[in-house]
Amino acid sequence: MSAFRSFVVKEARHILRDRQTLAVLLALPVLMVLLFGYAIRTDVQDVRLVVVDASRDARSESLTRALAATPALRLVGVETTAAQVEPLLRRGDADVALVLPAGFARSLARGRAEVLVVSDGANANYSQTAQGYVRTVVGRWAAEATGAPVGVRVATRMRFNPTLASENLFVPGLLAFVLTLVSALMTAISIAREKETGTMEVLLVSPLRPVQIVVGKVAPYLALAFVNAVTALAVAALVFGVPVRGSLGLLLAASGVYVLVSLALGVLISSRVPDQRTAMMGALLGLLLPTLALSGFVFPIASMPGWLQPVTNVVPATWFILIARGVMLKGVGLAVLWKELLVLCGMAVALLAVGARSLHDRLE
Amino acid sequence: MRTVLSMVRKELTQVLRDRVMRIQLLVPPVVQLLVLAQAMTFEVAHTDLALVDLDRSPASARLVERFTATGRFDVSVATASGDLADQSLRTREANAVLSIPDGFARDLARGRAPQVQLVLNAEDGAAAGVVQAYAAQIVAGFSRSKAARSPDPGGTSAERARPGLEVRTRALYNPDGDYLPYMAIGLLASLVTLVGILITSQNIAREREIGTLEQLNVTPITRGQFIAGKLVPFWLLGLVELTIGLVVIRWAFGIPFVGNVLWVYAGAGVYLLAALGLGLLISTVVATQQQAMFVTFFVIVTLLFLGGIFTPVASMPGWAQAVAEANPIKHFVDVLRGVLLKGAGPADLGGAFGAMAAFAGAALGLALLRYRKTAS
Repeated sequence: MSAFRSFVVKEARHILRDRQTLAVLLALPVLMVLLFGYAIRTDVQDVRLVVVDASRDARSESLTRALAATPALRLVGVETTAAQVEPLLRRGDADVALVLPAGFARSLARGRAEVLVVSDGANANYSQTAQGYVRTVVGRWAAEATGAPVGVRVATRMRFNPTLASENLFVPGLLAFVLTLVSALMTAISIAREKETGTMEVLLVSPLRPVQIVVGKVAPYLALAFVNAVTALAVAALVFGVPVRGSLGLLLAASGVYVLVSLALGVLISSRVPDQRTAMMGALLGLLLPTLALSGFVFPIASMPGWLQPVTNVVPATWFILIARGVMLKGVGLAVLWKELLVLCGMAVALLAVGARSLHDRLE
Repeated sequence: MRTVLSMVRKELTQVLRDRVMRIQLLVPPVVQLLVLAQAMTFEVAHTDLALVDLDRSPASARLVERFTATGRFDVSVATASGDLADQSLRTREANAVLSIPDGFARDLARGRAPQVQLVLNAEDGAAAGVVQAYAAQIVAGFSRSKAARSPDPGGTSAERARPGLEVRTRALYNPDGDYLPYMAIGLLASLVTLVGILITSQNIAREREIGTLEQLNVTPITRGQFIAGKLVPFWLLGLVELTIGLVVIRWAFGIPFVGNVLWVYAGAGVYLLAALGLGLLISTVVATQQQAMFVTFFVIVTLLFLGGIFTPVASMPGWAQAVAEANPIKHFVDVLRGVLLKGAGPADLGGAFGAMAAFAGAALGLALLRYRKTAS
């Protein structure tokens, strides 16, 4: 046991000695949550609109003014022929175009005007919503301008999130993403570096058992990763105003288990690669995009194809995001979230065991 | 030239002789492109609707039928109670509530524009916006149709209800509203970036850590030759990765390429100089491979999240949009999507090429300045 204790102390010294790296480790999560909490949004605003107006009469100019006055739309140009639209969309200089026919005022007076809304459909939702904005303004304008009844009006209310703020949706996921990557990267190099510098031999002939080596590598980082979890949560709550409606204690406990899972994942990668550069490739290439794509952080799991949805269960972040959103936004407690927490605990134990196992295999 | 060539040979050998490295360069990118591209979708395929029809008229039934006929909406709850409908939003039995007021058919017949109410679960604001747009389109279609004009004794209001203006819509490049082409291309750009920056950013740091940098420093190699020797092999590797990815996108996903792939390679040629230059710059700045890893992580995530790959640049706050303009991957993915999905050619891509070239020049210049042949 004393061998184990001195091993942990040695590991902690390694971390504390390198002040520069330590500062980076502590600053990184806060910086990333701050930076990307503002930037990761999917709300459709500032839609760039081009109006094709061949007639330039009082009616068409009145409609153009109504569109330009809409906050969500930005009029970037008024063209004269429909042929000018496609190059603008192709180049990405405009998102949507409204094509008014020649003799717009005349055909409107006869009740037979037809306009065309063309959008850059590459990003499907953005395109759909941008079209919706233009249609709404045109519809409202037409009702006023022609005096004809619009038929049926629609009053829309956005429930639970009236301002359509994306923070509440994305910040809990961002926490999960940042914490898992930073934690796994911390330990990914640990054993690989010992292999590269040759000190692994020393460890192997020591009386430490593989499981002790793995736990000893993780233990000092656990404190560091937990500090990161607390500061990242503080940024989420204080800067982005994400509420914590449920139990803070439960959230912190889940964060602790979650960073432990991530650290164990790092050790596992570390035990399976020959050197630091492959450890880095393995950790970043193996974790970054899968965590981003499969955890429900950015892309809703419910939108994914049916065969892919069960696959998201193997990503630890999926479970932590369920807990974080549940506790923070909905205020639910352990009675609802015990299963998610149990899965994370199981993952922690399993990953540590497999990490020790593969270290053991290397010994022989 | 001979010096550079032997550096290139040495670098390629060092990377490719390692079995784990060879696997890492090939397997994760291909598997991730195949699997993750299909996970990256914001598609709102289906909305469960709670219906509060207080009118119970043929006209209101016809409106509801218009919603369900699109296949996008299903009535999961039908109730006369607004409270119960709201409750169903909470329990997620429904994602939207459509309320049709009493007197809907009467108002319609008299040409008095009745108002229906749509309440959306807006936890995911973007999805709610899409559902709203669909619903508005359906209601507008209903208003224009004969269905909205119930038998009317006078006949005059039916005349007046004829629309003064018809709005037609068209989504270019992607009429089916599919996410796979858009996201698969974004993912390919991400993977090429990830591999390119990862492989360069720890490179010099590693040579420094294991001591071989000093050996190189005492050879007559110039700084320019050194950087070129580090750049060329990974530039080639990046183009190989890109080609594999394009093959997957074209043939595994069956996504047709609208434009000329030549421009994709031209764009990638410039972009890889920028990305690898950034990687080499990181490598000259950091002291250890561990630091290289954390700085690389931060840089890559910043490039990806502020590059408009997964979420639109237009949705970002102003400062982030300005940062995105300086972001080479933003321009690279613009080139890829422009050429492959929209058929863009050189006339459309000048700005993107210029921005990428400027970034490449700056990154490589700084890397050259930072790398000194003296032991520090």
